[in-house]
Amino acid sequence: MGARLDAAAAGTANYVDERTSIGGFVKFFARKLFPDHWSFMLGEIALYSFVVLLLSGVFLTAFFVPSMTIVTYDGPLATMQGVEMSEAFASTLHMSFEVPGGLLMRQIHHWSALLFTAAIVTHMARVFFTGAFRKPRELNWLVGFTLMILSLAAGFSGYSLPDDVLSGNGLRIIEGVFRSIPIVGEYASYWVFGGEFPGEILIPRLFTMHILLVPGLILVLIALHLFLVFLHKHTQYPGGGRTHKNVVGLPLFPVYTAKAGGFFFVVFGIVALVAAVFTINPVWNYGPYDPSPVSAGTQPDWYILFVDGALRLMPGWLFDIIPMEWELWGYTLSLNILIPAVILPGLFFGFVALYPFIEAWATGDRGEKHVLDRPRNAPVRTGIGVATITFYVILVMEGSNDIIANLFHLSLNDLTYFFRIGIFVLPALAFWITRRLCFGLQRKDRELVLHGKETGRIVRHEHGEYQEVHEPLTDDERWILVSYEDIAPLEIEPEFNDRGVRRKGYRWDRFKQQLSRIYFEKRISPVTPEELAEAQHSHH
Amino acid sequence: MSTTENPTSHESEQNPESFEDPGVPYHRPRRADVDPKAEKKAERQVAALFGVSIVGTIVAVGAYMVLDMTDEIESIRFTNMVIGLGIFLAMIGIGLGAIHWAKTLMRDHEMVEERHELRSSDEAREGAIQNLKDGAEDSGISGVKRRPLLVGTGVLALLAAPLAVLWPQIGNMGADWNTSNFGHTMWRKGTRLARDPDGTPIKASDVTIGSAFHVIPEGLNELEHHKIEEKAKAVVLLLRLDPRDLKIQEGREDWSFDGIVAYSKICTHVGCPVALYEQQTHHLLCPCHQSTFDVADGAKVVFGPAKRPLPQLPIAVDEEGYIVAQSDFHEPIGPSYWTRLKDTSDGLHADETEEGGH
Repeated sequence: MGARLDAAAAGTANYVDERTSIGGFVKFFARKLFPDHWSFMLGEIALYSFVVLLLSGVFLTAFFVPSMTIVTYDGPLATMQGVEMSEAFASTLHMSFEVPGGLLMRQIHHWSALLFTAAIVTHMARVFFTGAFRKPRELNWLVGFTLMILSLAAGFSGYSLPDDVLSGNGLRIIEGVFRSIPIVGEYASYWVFGGEFPGEILIPRLFTMHILLVPGLILVLIALHLFLVFLHKHTQYPGGGRTHKNVVGLPLFPVYTAKAGGFFFVVFGIVALVAAVFTINPVWNYGPYDPSPVSAGTQPDWYILFVDGALRLMPGWLFDIIPMEWELWGYTLSLNILIPAVILPGLFFGFVALYPFIEAWATGDRGEKHVLDRPRNAPVRTGIGVATITFYVILVMEGSNDIIANLFHLSLNDLTYFFRIGIFVLPALAFWITRRLCFGLQRKDRELVLHGKETGRIVRHEHGEYQEVHEPLTDDERWILVSYEDIAPLEIEPEFNDRGVRRKGYRWDRFKQQLSRIYFEKRISPVTPEELAEAQHSHH
Repeated sequence: MSTTENPTSHESEQNPESFEDPGVPYHRPRRADVDPKAEKKAERQVAALFGVSIVGTIVAVGAYMVLDMTDEIESIRFTNMVIGLGIFLAMIGIGLGAIHWAKTLMRDHEMVEERHELRSSDEAREGAIQNLKDGAEDSGISGVKRRPLLVGTGVLALLAAPLAVLWPQIGNMGADWNTSNFGHTMWRKGTRLARDPDGTPIKASDVTIGSAFHVIPEGLNELEHHKIEEKAKAVVLLLRLDPRDLKIQEGREDWSFDGIVAYSKICTHVGCPVALYEQQTHHLLCPCHQSTFDVADGAKVVFGPAKRPLPQLPIAVDEEGYIVAQSDFHEPIGPSYWTRLKDTSDGLHADETEEGGH
């Protein structure tokens, strides 16, 4: 039996290889090494939840009718009997209440969409804080960034499809944002909605976007993202034997095939469990879209909250006297919408996308970086990251300020006033505190290297002095604490040469130098062997 | 691809200024590596987890076949939950089994692989440049026999060609592009104010002090086309305040009736329905972004991101006692847009001269 199976396998392999030369690929991939760390699984969660989205999405397309034609509901749901609604909403109710497992699949789809976006953002944060975006991975950061934007597009377009009151109001907000764009805004709105809001064509258009265009792009970019991961080989955390020139880990086949493959099933399983037990987006409670009603305390999906928060934060009248909507030469410029919903997300995402390049200007380093940073060893970067997260979280919190106000019995208006100031103050504060914490941790590391670990053992010397015994670190432990790069601020050529002629490109260099000083002027260098020797010497 | 096993990589230069890389740490064997009993046990655990998965599949398929969906919402929820729990077990069993297998029984001995600089060799680069040069020469894009005319017209044609497809497509996507529709609603002189959603007209005597009505124009429900688009613009909130509380706006002296005022329900910020009325303070709150309007004072903005007051619908009472509109709104309702003032046919200022005399 075994021999026959082997022969069959060999035959098949031969057949395929002679037509594809796949042997070379298998040889190349099968024993490719991957380093091990829990934080490397965040990207995997994003990938796997996307697969779950595809699987459950295919189920949903079998029942969903992307049409805004008005029908009268006639189904098992008593509260909706006789209510006029679009076919999109009616088919959503049908698949939820008349298709066995349909509601489950809707909930699996929605929960995994939330997980997908959350995993992408967390994965990005991991890449950011460990410096995994540095050369040669800047381009892959951009690919990943684009995937993040696409995940938002996928999420929002899907959220809008059931055509319920909540998503309809979400679309109306988007329409209001479109209108605020100078000159072309009203035409952009007509272009998207095929006429006046809401029109009859939007859901079919969103449907095509949601099931074809966006996921197609996501698939292509995931392929590119993973191709680059293979090409670059995975980054690794610092540790003994790990350098910028090697990769230490376990082979793709069988270890990661089992671990990562198994992890897919774990992600799927957990999403299924959550979807089986927790209701999400019960559109039958909200009702079909109607431009008139809206209820308080409703929230969009979490990944859209920051835009909503920004819209809430921006005052229509600055200090109650300066209008934030200007009428200039007979035209209306709505800064109260444009700034929070267009300019701010543009700047925010632009900064995120370009960050690897900004930091590369500051370091001036041209080498490939494959060993990750411990976040504390890059205090300014870590500070910037925490400040960015703080900024984002304030917007998210403002986006749910009504819930917070309700929960903690606070004044809604006071919360908004607080966040209006907080959006400027708190990120700066977060940066400062984080940088201080990083320096503190670095000092602690130096302390450990120089004086070893506290053992809790107190020894009394002959002359009566008490001393705690410190146990020196092992070579492996010490290596992790001392092996980080000590980057000094950039040195640049002087502005004028010997003959007093101004150098071309000086101002750019000067800019990079100033940036570099922000990053590295104040820094804590790793312990050198000399320092260690001295410390050990002074102890005896 | 040189794959070696666990070398102590002492390749780092012997620099006295930095510590020496101690190399990949010593590998500690796991229990299953040394104890055959532990190995057997791990094997049984993995098999049991796979067994859980099989049970889960049976549960999911069984639930689908056995449980019937009646019209009871509860039974539907139950069926969904059981199928979901079945899928959970089916998936988590395989997943945990595979991971446990990898962690206990597969290699955990780390290996080392060298990286290669991504940059191509100088030779390859030169070859690439040469190939491109040759191609450019062959085609006449550059080199001795340059054909700038072909390059120029070719680029121009390529840039223009997408228009042939995109222009008609984009051109059609905005329907009639008549954005001046933003500027008016279906309210006309004499249109009765009716209850949302049933469409019954409202008498002035129905509106008691402190009450609020969600209003649509009479006849909206009978529209054949664009009903929802018209509703999206025409919805109104009708409120009655104590006439002593109401600050009549200049030029709008005859827009209200005995403390009854009507304002557009569509927020001037980004267009949500301004649905929450606080009777005590006469404040209208938009739940989307919390713009707050004072209906006692011309629906001016008192808080939040909106800048403009809600447009007021001038109302009167007809001979039968029903509340009717005097005209359409005098300005576009809802969010602002670039040419908004062009559609403000007779705003407050114009109103004083044109309609003020009525």
